[in-house]
Amino acid sequence: MTQTVEQSRPSFFNDPRIRGYAYQALLVAALVALVWTAAYNAYVNMEARGIPMGFGFWDQTAGFDISQKLIPYSSLSTYGQAFWVGLLNTALVGALGVLLATPLGFAIGVARLSPNWILARIAQVYVEIMRNTPLLLQLLFWYNAVLKALPGPRQSITLTSLVFLNNRGLYVPKPVFGPGSQWLALALALGIVGAFAYRLWARRRQALTGAQAPVGIIAAAFCLGLPAIAYFAAGRPVEFDLAQLVGFNLRGGVQVSPELAALAFGLITYTAGFIAEIVRSGVLAVSSGQSEAASALGLRSGLTMKLVVIPQAMRLITPPLTSQYLSLVKNSSLAVFIGYPDLVQVFAGTVLNQTQAAVQVMAITMGVYLVISLAVALALNVTNARHALKER
Amino acid sequence: MTVEPAPGVPLAFDPDSLAIAMIGVHKWYGAFHVLRNINLDVRRGERIVICGPSGSGKSTLIRCINRLEEHQQGSIVVDGVELTADLKRIDTVRRDVGMVFQQFNLFPHLTILENCTLAPIWVKKMPKREAEELAMRLLTRVKIPEQAGKYPGQLSGGQQQRVAIARALCMNPKIMLFDEPTSALDPEMVKEVLDTMTGLAQDGMTMIVVTHEMGFAREIADRVVFMDNGEIVEINAPKEFFENPQHERTKLFLSQILH
Ligand SMILES: Nc1ncnc2c1ncn2[C@@H]1O[C@H](COP(=O)(O)OP(=O)(O)OP(=O)(O)O)[C@@H](O)[C@H]1O
Ligand SMILES: [Mg+2]
Repeated sequence: MTQTVEQSRPSFFNDPRIRGYAYQALLVAALVALVWTAAYNAYVNMEARGIPMGFGFWDQTAGFDISQKLIPYSSLSTYGQAFWVGLLNTALVGALGVLLATPLGFAIGVARLSPNWILARIAQVYVEIMRNTPLLLQLLFWYNAVLKALPGPRQSITLTSLVFLNNRGLYVPKPVFGPGSQWLALALALGIVGAFAYRLWARRRQALTGAQAPVGIIAAAFCLGLPAIAYFAAGRPVEFDLAQLVGFNLRGGVQVSPELAALAFGLITYTAGFIAEIVRSGVLAVSSGQSEAASALGLRSGLTMKLVVIPQAMRLITPPLTSQYLSLVKNSSLAVFIGYPDLVQVFAGTVLNQTQAAVQVMAITMGVYLVISLAVALALNVTNARHALKER
Repeated sequence: MTVEPAPGVPLAFDPDSLAIAMIGVHKWYGAFHVLRNINLDVRRGERIVICGPSGSGKSTLIRCINRLEEHQQGSIVVDGVELTADLKRIDTVRRDVGMVFQQFNLFPHLTILENCTLAPIWVKKMPKREAEELAMRLLTRVKIPEQAGKYPGQLSGGQQQRVAIARALCMNPKIMLFDEPTSALDPEMVKEVLDTMTGLAQDGMTMIVVTHEMGFAREIADRVVFMDNGEIVEINAPKEFFENPQHERTKLFLSQILH
């Protein structure tokens, strides 16, 4: 293989390698010419119409307010700050979506595989509806037909006076951290460390003696139990500020706007339908021979799932799951249709209109989505390479 | 009492001498009657070869023995334990019965060694070191200890099937079931697997082998079972079976397979 065999060289014009280079060089030259012509035309046109060219607008006063902001912002803030507000709002809905769509999707996917006929059919109907109607329609439905049609604050739908839902949004209790709360954080950190230490110990013990331990339950006890003990030991330092009806409105608690609620709920339920299908096909793709072999060895179905089916299914599930996460983040730009102030609505909408800096604003906005997508794709490729099955 | 099984006639149940007793077993897939009145007793240390045309129910029969399939009528007693829906009984039987599949069914995400130690560690609660030593002993027995660190996808078919045998043996079974263990192999690899099985037979393992390797049947089997259309048509010693088949269907099958 490594020996080079002397061959008669093909003539210069017939050498496939030289031809390959020539074609590639031509392609690059054509692309450069195209991009340069387009950019030059845009430049000339923009200059003729007095459209701003640079990024000077970034530090100018924005002059508009944003209904939801995770960082300090007012109409006196700059366009640059408006960008960050929009980006964080996109990140918030993206994080909420990924965090909640995943368990929901897995649950529905597993339900579709259930031997319980009714459960499996319900899951199937869910998946079909979610996957076969346009997302925008679903978002408009949740926003206009459900949330906006809810009663006003005085007739709020409530769950034991802890959570309220009305046409102004969703109100959940707001934790107020008093003095001594740091002990709680410390206890939580200790609990997590303890859970990991226990898992390590249990594995070591199983390797040495063969004894098995209920790691999941005890790890959960560490993570929840220690903070609970600390909560009472530190004299209940955390209080919950509940929403209350004052006059015609609800005061207190955390208010989730109807826009965020509709967008997050719509994205979660929609994406969960796709995730369910990915999970189902991932589990089905692990051949029945695998679980039969495990059964024949005497493994019960729980262990067969944990040790044989899930590890193989996860390899199949992870890549399409990640692309669903990316779709969710990209789909969140439909926020503009229900007035949720995400990156697109705030930056590619209001900021663009006010500054007229269309090319720059669009380039930045697309750049943000591109960076997110490429970063996730890169992370995925790395983990895929690490988990790939070894074949010859 | 001497145990001299006659074809089709169930013995009086004797847990000490019988490894497997199937009495009047029927099974249906929906309306399809796949096993019809199966009566088969297997003594300890006996080697049974099952053959028959495709779709005759051979796989289904041996899969009933470790309850990968359930039967609907009749009784199956394995090593003194009658198979019912009771999970405890199924666990007990599966600990005693090893199985080797046509498609190997090794776990592709685990190394050869991990394939072999999985069940001893999780089912028998064996310490890891002990399980690994056991696995290495059995991999040596099937003559591939040097592959222990590799993954199934890196091995040839014959090697994979020998690993599958070692994996089953790691649970120290009293009975081994083989479902066409050489059918998915390239011809040059068949011998290494058959040799491994022959070694096992010589060590006194109770074996039920579904195979069309008639040479193996002649050499190793105590009795050959011929199935057709969900029924046991004929049970006989190999010499009788091949030289003097009793039924037309057996003759037809043998004429097809031996030429
Ligand atoms: N899960 C199932 N559902 C319905 N029918 C089945 C199922 N499994 C097997 N069968 C049918 O039962 C019959 C017996 O199948 P079985 O696999 O036991 O045959 P076999 O003798 O092992 O054949 P082969 O030599 O092809 O492996 C076949 O006709 C098959 O189509
Ligand atoms: Mg078969």
